[in-house]
Amino acid sequence: MLSTYKYPKYEYRRPPELDGAGQGHHPVIIVGAGPVGLATAIDLAQHGQRVVLLDNDDTVSIGSRGVCYAKRALEVLDRIGCGEEMVAKGVSWNVGRTFFREQEVFNFNLCPEPDHHRPGMINLQQYYLEEYLVKRAEAVGGIDLRWKNNVVGVTQQADGVELRVETPDGAYSLNADWLVVADGARSPIRSMLDLDIEGKIFMDRFLIADVVMDADFPTERWFWFDPPFHPNQSVLLHRQADNVFRIDFQLGWEADPEEEKKPENVIPRIKAMLGDDRPFELEWVSVYTFQCRRMKDFRHGRALFVGDAAHQVSPFGARGANSGIQDADNLVWKLKLVIDGQAPEQLLDSYSAERVFAADENIMNSTRSTDFITPKSPVSKTFRNAVLGLAEHYAFARALVNSGRLSVPSFLTESILNTPDTDTFAGDMVPGAPMDDAPIESAGSAPWLLGTLGNRFQLLHFVEDAATLDLGTVHALKALAHERVAVEAIVVAARGQAPEALRTVIDKAGRIRERYDMRAGTTYLARPDQHVAARWRAFDADAVRAAVARATCN
Amino acid sequence: MPLNTQPNFSEPGKRYFRAFSPGDDFYEMLIDTHRDLSDEQSAMVNARLILLLANHIGDISVLREAMQIAREGV
Ligand SMILES: Cc1cc2nc3c(=O)[nH]c(=O)nc-3n(C[C@H](O)[C@H](O)[C@H](O)COP(=O)(O)OP(=O)(O)OC[C@H]3O[C@@H](n4cnc5c(N)ncnc54)[C@H](O)[C@@H]3O)c2cc1C
Repeated sequence: MLSTYKYPKYEYRRPPELDGAGQGHHPVIIVGAGPVGLATAIDLAQHGQRVVLLDNDDTVSIGSRGVCYAKRALEVLDRIGCGEEMVAKGVSWNVGRTFFREQEVFNFNLCPEPDHHRPGMINLQQYYLEEYLVKRAEAVGGIDLRWKNNVVGVTQQADGVELRVETPDGAYSLNADWLVVADGARSPIRSMLDLDIEGKIFMDRFLIADVVMDADFPTERWFWFDPPFHPNQSVLLHRQADNVFRIDFQLGWEADPEEEKKPENVIPRIKAMLGDDRPFELEWVSVYTFQCRRMKDFRHGRALFVGDAAHQVSPFGARGANSGIQDADNLVWKLKLVIDGQAPEQLLDSYSAERVFAADENIMNSTRSTDFITPKSPVSKTFRNAVLGLAEHYAFARALVNSGRLSVPSFLTESILNTPDTDTFAGDMVPGAPMDDAPIESAGSAPWLLGTLGNRFQLLHFVEDAATLDLGTVHALKALAHERVAVEAIVVAARGQAPEALRTVIDKAGRIRERYDMRAGTTYLARPDQHVAARWRAFDADAVRAAVARATCN
Repeated sequence: MPLNTQPNFSEPGKRYFRAFSPGDDFYEMLIDTHRDLSDEQSAMVNARLILLLANHIGDISVLREAMQIAREGV
C-alpha cells in the first residue's frame, strides 16, 4: 500500500548525554514531533529560543489522518514559514455537495470573501504537512531534533521538570525549565503525570480508505446521507494531492473493524460508490473511532499541554491539527516573554484559559456535526431527515444541514488579556478577535496585512495621508519600540509615506478601513499571534502602554 | 406576512461571529429537549411544541402555508 508517497526516514543520532557530554539542562523541551510539537519548536526558534524536540519515531504520520487545513492554520503556517508549500501542494476546493438518498439536496460554495491571502480550506495528506514542518525545523536553526528518543519518565519540580529518555543506545536524563507536551491523543506524559482528560467516546466506527484514481471527479467535497450504495449511513469523499481520494464510510458501532478492513470487503464498497468499473488502487485502509474530550487545564506547573495531548475532537470539521497549530500560535510568544523575564508566569495561565475556550468551541461544533451525521435516537433521525428533505427548497433548512462546519478560529472575547472597548466600532474586529487579512502595499513586505503582522506587539495607526502625520505623533509611535515589551508602530494609510521612515502600509483595496472600521486616528494594538488586544479612536501612548501591560499580565 | 423560510434564528443580546452558529444553537437545543425520552414521549413533546409555537405565531394564513409545506412529499 501507499504507492504515491515515500516516507522519509530521519536520522537518529546518539545523544551526547550518553557519553557524559551535552548540557543536560535546557530552557525548553518539547515532547512529540507531530504537527503541533513541530510548529511550537519552529515558532520558538524563530523567536531566537533554542529548543530540544524529542520524538519516539523517525518518520512522519503514517497512513491517512488529517486532510483538511483551514485558513487560520495556513496563516499560522505562513508565519512560521510553511504556508506556501502547503498551499502549492494542497488541493483547494470551494464547492461542497450534499446528497440525501438518491438526490443532491444542495451545494454550497465556500468561496471566501475577496481579498484574503489564504483560501478557507485546502486538502492535503498529513504526512506532507509534517514533512514540510520537519524541513523547516531543520532549516530554521536552534532546534535540537532528536528522533527515536522515547520519553519514559517525567518528574515535576518546583521550577522545572526532569525527563527520562530511552534511545536505541540506552537511556539518559534531561532537565528543562519548561516542558511542552505534544505527544498526541494517548499522551504518555499525561498518564505519567497522572492527569485526567474528560469527555466522551462516540459509539460509532468509520472506515477510511485512500484510493488512487485518475478520476474525472471535480475537486469538490461530496457528502452523502443514507445513499443507496451504503444505506442508513453516511459517506464522505475528499480529493487530496497526487490523485489520492479519501473516502470515509460510517459503519456503525456493531461493525467488526478487522473484517471491515479486509480488501475483499472494502473494494466492493468503493465499487458500489463509484458506480462503474473505473480503475482504482487502494492505498490505505483503517477503521477509527473518536472521542471529544479535553484536559481541565492545559498548564500544570512547568508542563504545558498542546494539540491532541490536551484536547481531541471528532474529525468532522477538521479541528484536530488545525486547533493544535493554533495552540502553538497562542503559547509561543507568551512562553518567550516569560523565559525572557518580560512577563510573569501567570501569562501562561492565559494560554490555558484562551485555548480551553477555543477547545470547548471546537468540541461543541464537532459534537453538533457528529450528532447531525449520526443521530442518536429515532426522533433525532426524524428531525435530521426532515431537515434534509426540506433543504432542497428552503434556505433555512439548508443552513441547518450540518455535515461538518468549517474550522474557524475562536474570537477570544472573554480573555483577560483584552482591553475592553471604550469607543464604538462597527464590524467584528473586537478585542480578542483573530485579525482579518487584507491586501496592502508596503516597501519590502508581503502584499498582505497578515504577512506584516505577527511575532511581536504591533500598533496599527490609521491616517488618510501618511505624509501629513505630525512629528509629535511620529515620535510617540516610534518610542513604543523602546518599551520593556516592545511595540512596533505601523501607519496604515490610504496614501503617502509617514515622516522619518516610520513603517507605512497602504490599504490598497480599502479593506482594512472596511474590516477594521478605521477612521483617521483609529488605533489597534495587535498581539504577536495576530489577535486584537485593544483599539481606540485616537492614539494615546499611555493607553497603549496600559493595554500592553494587560495583554502580558504585567 | 408570508411564511419566512430564510434562516431566521437569533437570541436577543447574543453576538454571533459565525453564520452557522444561531441555527446550530437552535438545533442542539431541539435535540436536547428530547434527550432520554421514549419515542412516545418524544411524539408528545413534539405535539405540544407545535401547539405552543402555532399559538405564538397566531397568523393562521402563515400556519396554513407551513402545514402545506410540511405535508408535501411525506
Ligand atoms: C481519521 C482522522 C482524520 C483527521 N482529519 C483531520 C483534518 O482533516 N484536519 C485536522 O486538522 N486534523 C485532523 N485529524 C486530527 C489530526 O490528525 C491530529 O489532531 C494531529 O495529528 C494532532 O497533532 P499532535 O502533534 O498534537 O499529535 P500527533 O500527531 O499524534 O503527534 C504526537 C507525536 O508524539 C510522539 N510521541 C508520543 N509519545 C511519545 C513519547 N513518550 N516520547 C517521544 N515522543 C512521543 C509520536 O510519535 C508523535 O510523533 C484527523 C485525525 C484522524 C484520526
